[in-house]
Amino acid sequence: MEQFILGRLTWSSLPHEWFTLGGTVAFATILIGLTIFLTRVKRWKWLWNEWLTSTDPKKIGIMYIIIAFLMFLRGGLDVVMIWLQQTIGTTSSPGYLGATHGYLSADHFQQIFTAHGDIMVFFVTMGFLFGLINLIVPLQIGARDLAFPFLNSLGFWLYFAGVVLINMFFVLGGEFAAAGWLAVAPLSELQFNPGVGVDYWIWSLQVSGLGTLIGGINFVVTILKMRAPGMSLMRMPMFTWASLMGMILVISIFPILAMTMILLTLDRYLGMHFFTLDNGGNAMMYWNLIWMWGHPEVYVLIIPVFGIYSEIVSTFAQKKIFGYTSLVVAVGAITLLSFSVWLHHFFTMGAGADVNAFFGIMTMWIAIPTGVQIINWLFTMFRGKIIFKSPIYWFFGFVSTFTFGGMAGLLMALPPVDFQVHNSLFLVAHFHTMIVGGALFGIFAGFTYWFPKVFGFKLHERIGKYAFWTWLVGFFLSFVPLYILGMMGAVRRMDTYSPSLGWQQLFTVSLIGACVIMCAVGLQILQLVVSIIQRKQNRDLTGDPWNGRSLEWATASPPPFYNFAVIPQVHSRDAFWEMKNPKGISSSEVAKQKKTSIKYEDIELPKNTPMGIYLSGFIFLFGLAMVWHAWLFAIIGLVGAICCVILRTFDEHTEYVLTAAEVEQIEKKLRAKS
Amino acid sequence: MIHHQNHQEAITNDKTIFGFWVYLMTDLLMFGVLFATYSVLHGNIFNGPSGKEIFDLPFALTETIILLTSSFTAGLAIWALRNNNKNQVLLWFGITFLLGLSFLVLELTEFHKLVLEGDSWRRSAFLSSYFSLVSTHGLHITAGLFWMLISLIKVKSQGITPGLARKLTLLSLFWHFLDIVWIFIFTVVYLMGAI
Amino acid sequence: MKTLSRIIVSLFVIVDVYFLGKILLGGENIQVLNPKGIIALQEREVAYVAVFLMLVIVIPVFIWAFYVGTTYHEGNKWAKYTPEWDHSTKLQAFIWAFPIAIICILCVLVWKTAHRLDPSDAIASTQKTMTIQVVATRWKWIFIYPDQHIATVNLLEIPENTPVHFMLSASDTPMNSFWIPQLGGQIYAMSGMATQTYLMANGVGTYRGANSEINGAGYAQMTFTVNSVTQNDFTNWVARVKQSATPTLDLNTFNKLAQPSQNNPVAYYSSTQDNLFTTIVTKYLAPGKGMEGM
Repeated sequence: MEQFILGRLTWSSLPHEWFTLGGTVAFATILIGLTIFLTRVKRWKWLWNEWLTSTDPKKIGIMYIIIAFLMFLRGGLDVVMIWLQQTIGTTSSPGYLGATHGYLSADHFQQIFTAHGDIMVFFVTMGFLFGLINLIVPLQIGARDLAFPFLNSLGFWLYFAGVVLINMFFVLGGEFAAAGWLAVAPLSELQFNPGVGVDYWIWSLQVSGLGTLIGGINFVVTILKMRAPGMSLMRMPMFTWASLMGMILVISIFPILAMTMILLTLDRYLGMHFFTLDNGGNAMMYWNLIWMWGHPEVYVLIIPVFGIYSEIVSTFAQKKIFGYTSLVVAVGAITLLSFSVWLHHFFTMGAGADVNAFFGIMTMWIAIPTGVQIINWLFTMFRGKIIFKSPIYWFFGFVSTFTFGGMAGLLMALPPVDFQVHNSLFLVAHFHTMIVGGALFGIFAGFTYWFPKVFGFKLHERIGKYAFWTWLVGFFLSFVPLYILGMMGAVRRMDTYSPSLGWQQLFTVSLIGACVIMCAVGLQILQLVVSIIQRKQNRDLTGDPWNGRSLEWATASPPPFYNFAVIPQVHSRDAFWEMKNPKGISSSEVAKQKKTSIKYEDIELPKNTPMGIYLSGFIFLFGLAMVWHAWLFAIIGLVGAICCVILRTFDEHTEYVLTAAEVEQIEKKLRAKS
Repeated sequence: MIHHQNHQEAITNDKTIFGFWVYLMTDLLMFGVLFATYSVLHGNIFNGPSGKEIFDLPFALTETIILLTSSFTAGLAIWALRNNNKNQVLLWFGITFLLGLSFLVLELTEFHKLVLEGDSWRRSAFLSSYFSLVSTHGLHITAGLFWMLISLIKVKSQGITPGLARKLTLLSLFWHFLDIVWIFIFTVVYLMGAI
Repeated sequence: MKTLSRIIVSLFVIVDVYFLGKILLGGENIQVLNPKGIIALQEREVAYVAVFLMLVIVIPVFIWAFYVGTTYHEGNKWAKYTPEWDHSTKLQAFIWAFPIAIICILCVLVWKTAHRLDPSDAIASTQKTMTIQVVATRWKWIFIYPDQHIATVNLLEIPENTPVHFMLSASDTPMNSFWIPQLGGQIYAMSGMATQTYLMANGVGTYRGANSEINGAGYAQMTFTVNSVTQNDFTNWVARVKQSATPTLDLNTFNKLAQPSQNNPVAYYSSTQDNLFTTIVTKYLAPGKGMEGM
């Protein structure tokens, strides 16, 4: 009976090691602090009504970004721990805190880089991108909301449930997966990892993966079905195109991840033999499946960022984007090609020359549209008038770093070269260059670019530039040593190595680089704080601080909750630019047209709902219970979730009407402010 | 006002049905992984039985005919829906429900027999992939039956509202989708396994 | 602020020089670029050719980026400004054609080199190829010399200038990757499967081998030493091991050895059971089944 209720929970599952105690104390402090703060300022109801139960994609987007940022700090902490161990943990060094060498035991070290990878990919990058798409795409296409507002809220709360689950081991269990960020089989099977670590991995990613899939479906339907009248596909802004492609990838690949994890779950929970060593299991199948998901996933991370760069280059060069059709084709080509390269992650598994060569060739092909995009962006800037604000700095940082990382990638697309650098630190340097130099820099650029739209005031520009340079130097210091170390024969995921190899020096340089990056992040936090303090001076009163070209700049900053009082009619690409500079009409005519009375209509908007929170709560309970084999709670979670779904379907009043008069009032107030 | 409402309904119908198609494609991909796994692993029988030894073709054919018929009756139910015929909707979906239920019972009987023989999912990779592919389909059928039951309760109590009509359309799409997946299962697993 | 930027730029330059120095003067240490084996040498050549081809695109793009960034900034009054110019079919064709051309050449390189350096291809040599069977266990490497009937743990002794045919598998361990950076590319050693590769050392020397695929707590310690010696020294070494007072590596001893252990010292086995490797590879098959499907 006790087994049925508590599963494999015991007293020793509670925190009792230095890092679990530390983590639990940290979380408890934050939670208690937040509780006290909210009680002092009496904002509980406000938090619940205005934010947590909101179906407004702008609010949901901000919540995504806040959580993504918090997870960024967590993932960054993991990084510093990794680098420290790799610098001090040679085989001749003493052991601290219970480790044999350095301060982390091998198993603990392996858990940390596993968590680091999963957190950065799933919860930071994807979280941020989902937040950004929520915030910007509806505005860019002239819509008021996503296609399925409730599912949007549900998707966020499932993501949040995944965030809690992946951090839960600090409080319960003290063990996370130690099998790499993809928990490869057969290492992740019961034979080698029977503890709760891999189960935490499975359930946190399953729960958040469900949210991701729901979000992906939502975004695809929104972009395809809810554009403003006149906005044909070839008139959409590039960020919307890129988001569409990224989300098409999401809906194509997350079912694969979900099912692969289910198969692993069946092996671990029901004694099946998909990937086990015995009874006919085939571990290579896991590798194929997981990388069939995994490779397109990294394109999910970068394709929307390509869209960000397109927007920034065009706006700050004050010029139409060059080669729009080419860029669309390029992004589409990358999306399609990303499905055909997965085997390049395991050239060394011995598939034979023909198979290896095929996948190597397909990998090479992806470089073509990527290069074409970069050249088109540069041609956009050619004969433009580039305003060198920090988003453009991030763009040039991207061009310089991403190109080198791409070269490293193309090198590894050659099977014989890959044989010499696979799973070495060269590989680690390559993919970090792509994700940090490519995706993260773009995220920073997009964050700076759209910040005034979302919050109504600009970020402090000078600190932003300092942060950029610090990031660039830190990045360089951190990752170039890794390329060199890889070529010296250093493998990845190493917790210790012989000091006679002479690697420690480069690891130390890398650690210094990590510290520089920490300073850079500190500068970014400083930038945020200073900008908030100085927000009144930097207010964006026009809604269009950068002289933008797409529809999001046609609204106030921040936009009213219904986005557009009247859905705009679109006549061309760069819809807002055309609205500002219509051909054949003088600017005084434009001003007169603006002043003539706008006909307001009633607007139907979705109501707030707590059902997303409740449903995710039950699914969270289910996931946690499954980790611990606490079947009673698993049943409660599952049944509760099903009841929530059924209850929701009985809810007929999910929308409310904002009358034309109310809209007019809000619009008047907004115009009075500017 | 009514024109506006109809317009809104049309938009909601359009995007909801399209969104549901997108979801069905993702579900198809999940089944795709199961089919791919089955193809790779169906030869790994270890020391257990092969498909030829455990598949009962007449039995599987019976299940297939039941499911196909249920798809047909679901179609009749939607026809009744378009004609706003509440009683016929209840009748035909009710029959669909019973047929779906019998399908499930038959499937569970087959599983029960195998487990009693000692040929459970633990025995070999082949059996693991067989059970998981067919069970996933069975779980979807179960979900569909639940959905059907609740929908019928709603039809009985509220009658056919535009929202409910839309949801019943989605249900029928789901049901037909499961039928198509079953055809693949019947072909790839039972037919090809028995040869 | 200017002084701070000056400091940062000089630091940047110093660090660049340091990195370049490390690569160019690192010599032996940069093992992948300073191979001692014929396979690794060829793999390096492929890398150099590929890098050169890539630089054909990358350098012009960088120059272009630098030019655009410095010329067309807002403050430059003499730069032309054409805000509406957003397409040119001819230019676009070139923008696609240029990368496509280079990538096509690289694709040919991929095809050719993937086949030429296929791990399962024998190395042509006047010397007869010898066979070594590699079994990865947690967390050590066992090397079986089937023709010499000896075995070692964590020590690979091979004669110079002799092609070695490695057959690799693993026992009760997740996947492993057998890698000797100075001799050539790696290949996975997996339980229940046999992979193969050919390597040859070009001279006498001691090299480092490692496992590059994580397989549990002892992963980082799963390194081994490679000794390439003269043919005479090798024959003498084999004789010494055969005559040493060390146990026989039969299935029982192997199973005991395969139990999880870390930091295994070098060990020797003066004789080995016949077909030990085959037994290890096929142990996951159903009883009664042979090597069909291998």
